[in-house]
Amino acid sequence: MGLNDPQWGNKNGGGPPDLDDILRNLNRKLASLLGNKGGGPSGPGGEPPTHRNFGSSAGLIVVIVVLLWFASGFYIVDASQRGVVLRFGKYTESTMPGPRWHWPYPVESVELVNLSQVRTIEIGYRDNVKNKIPRESLMLTDDENIIDIQFAVQYFLKDPAAYLFNNRDPDQNVRQAAETAIREVVGKNKMDFVLYEGREQVAAETTKLMQGILDRYKSGILISKVTMQNAQPPQQVQAAFEDAVKAGQDRERQKNEGQAYANDVVPRAKGAAARLMQEAEGYKQSVIARAQGDSSRFKQILAAYNKAPRVTRERMYIDTMQQILSDTTKIMVDQKNSNNLLYLPLDKLIQSTNPDAASSSGTRPPGKSSAGKSSSKGVSQEEKDAAALRAPDTLLTRDRGDRP
Amino acid sequence: MNKYFGNLVVGVVALLILLSLSVFVVDQRQNAVVFQLGEVSSVKTKPGLYFKTPLMQNVRFFDSRIQTLDSTEPELYITAEKKNVMVDFFVKWRITNVKQFYISVSGDMKRAQTRLMQTVNAALREEFGKRTIHEVISGDRDQIMQDVRAKTDTDAKKIGIQVLDVRLKRVDFPPEISDSVYRRMDAERKRVANQLRATGNAESEQIRADADRQRQVILADAYRKAQKIKGEGDAKATDIYAAAFGKNPEFYAFYRSLDAYKQSFSSKKDMMVIDPSSAFFKYLKGAGKQGK
Repeated sequence: MGLNDPQWGNKNGGGPPDLDDILRNLNRKLASLLGNKGGGPSGPGGEPPTHRNFGSSAGLIVVIVVLLWFASGFYIVDASQRGVVLRFGKYTESTMPGPRWHWPYPVESVELVNLSQVRTIEIGYRDNVKNKIPRESLMLTDDENIIDIQFAVQYFLKDPAAYLFNNRDPDQNVRQAAETAIREVVGKNKMDFVLYEGREQVAAETTKLMQGILDRYKSGILISKVTMQNAQPPQQVQAAFEDAVKAGQDRERQKNEGQAYANDVVPRAKGAAARLMQEAEGYKQSVIARAQGDSSRFKQILAAYNKAPRVTRERMYIDTMQQILSDTTKIMVDQKNSNNLLYLPLDKLIQSTNPDAASSSGTRPPGKSSAGKSSSKGVSQEEKDAAALRAPDTLLTRDRGDRP
Repeated sequence: MNKYFGNLVVGVVALLILLSLSVFVVDQRQNAVVFQLGEVSSVKTKPGLYFKTPLMQNVRFFDSRIQTLDSTEPELYITAEKKNVMVDFFVKWRITNVKQFYISVSGDMKRAQTRLMQTVNAALREEFGKRTIHEVISGDRDQIMQDVRAKTDTDAKKIGIQVLDVRLKRVDFPPEISDSVYRRMDAERKRVANQLRATGNAESEQIRADADRQRQVILADAYRKAQKIKGEGDAKATDIYAAAFGKNPEFYAFYRSLDAYKQSFSSKKDMMVIDPSSAFFKYLKGAGKQGK
């Protein structure tokens, strides 16, 4: 009423409202209200309708006020919230989502708590893992090493009443519990465990310990997850740690290189072994085959020889000698006929035959060879002619000559 | 009628004023102490609506929730080996006996906290002094916290406070010692790195050596087998030769010698100085005796 009063507004513009003024104003209004209604009984047999008007309007006001008072007890609990109702400061009930009503002030009051929203706190960093807070993140391990840990804790409320009533600063509880719990867990474990293989376990133990602490304070908070953002050696020793990791890789590399060498050498050796075996087998078979061949040939020759040993023997001897003498450089010295001293320039002879031998290693033209032998005393023309005749035999002997 | 109504309004207003003076609400989160002319007359620990004599009695409210006392800056504590560690902690406490609390610290939270802090500090120093750094960090941490809590709690009871928990947060080395810890960690890692590399080298060498050994064995083995096979071949061949040539050894010697001569003198480089008296030249000198 006061605020809607034009007088009030005017006064407010100037300075602090004058209390007397307001009272006077109120009195006047009351008087006019009462006076108006009071007009009835002052005059005898006055106007009852006015009186009745007054009575009904006052009743209406009371009803409206009461209704308004009742209406102020309505409230809406959001799906993510719970309402906590206090009657004269005493906790009476928790209300579920939906439109609700409580006894209006001053009897009951309600407090809305956001229940399903997951809350997060960050330990050792803020907002970004790079933004470290060494005071929180550096801690000692069991083996008295220092490590640098950043982690986040996610939690939500399981009991709104407990959350509201039992702790003065419930959200701060989580941070404190997290700090003390992680340090206790890390302090019980070795550095390598915390940094490498045991990260999950550290997180799990921290969760358990935190929950225990928070339950002891009846904080109404449920830890849903502790997530390790980062667990590292401190900056000062990071280079050494990285080098150690590299050394591990080096070790693997060296092993692999060794293995690669082994994988190269052993199969090669196996291959070589297989080759040796095959060669030996081949040798064996070829030797046997040759032996069989040779013996077969010998047997046949022997059979033929047995028929006419003398002639065959002579023939074979002469054939062979012919072949030998036709192929080689020869000097015939008839010592019995000429007993005088004979000079043989052997080195010159060899020199003169050498280019010849070099040029005609394969097929040797008989003319040339005879030219080389011109200086020697006796070169029979018959020999050259015989060379053509024994050609088939030469082939045979060549073939036999290949045998090792 | 008018007068009645006026009186009614005045009466209601007066009643409301009186009511507001004689009624008070104790919240779920509070305890209340009712004073009668400065003297504690009653303590309300249960939440709800209460009455009091207006003007004669007044009420003071105290927070009954769990409060936290957090040591702001880490302090140096000395362990049994006379080493310093930086420690900070927090204490969870609540007012359980409001009357006692009011009497002993006149309801002043600050004074209560100072008192509590001193007690915890002293108890902690004592516990730390009994233990080594390692025990403080890992083994006995829990024990220390429990002992200090129990000790502090007995003392705090005197001022109407219950200590629910004393928990250590940081137990760290001071910066100077931290540096040497870093140096030690550094050296340790180097040791590990060197060891890893050396081991890698050794393992690699082992694998190589093993491979070489395998190669040697495989080759030698193959050689053995190959020689055996060759020997078998040779033996067989020798048998065959012996069987064939044994039929006429004399002819074989002749036959084989001729063959060998052919092999030996087959090149122009071979120089023969021949005496025509050999059998081959028997007819070179003359036709010989006819008809013989």
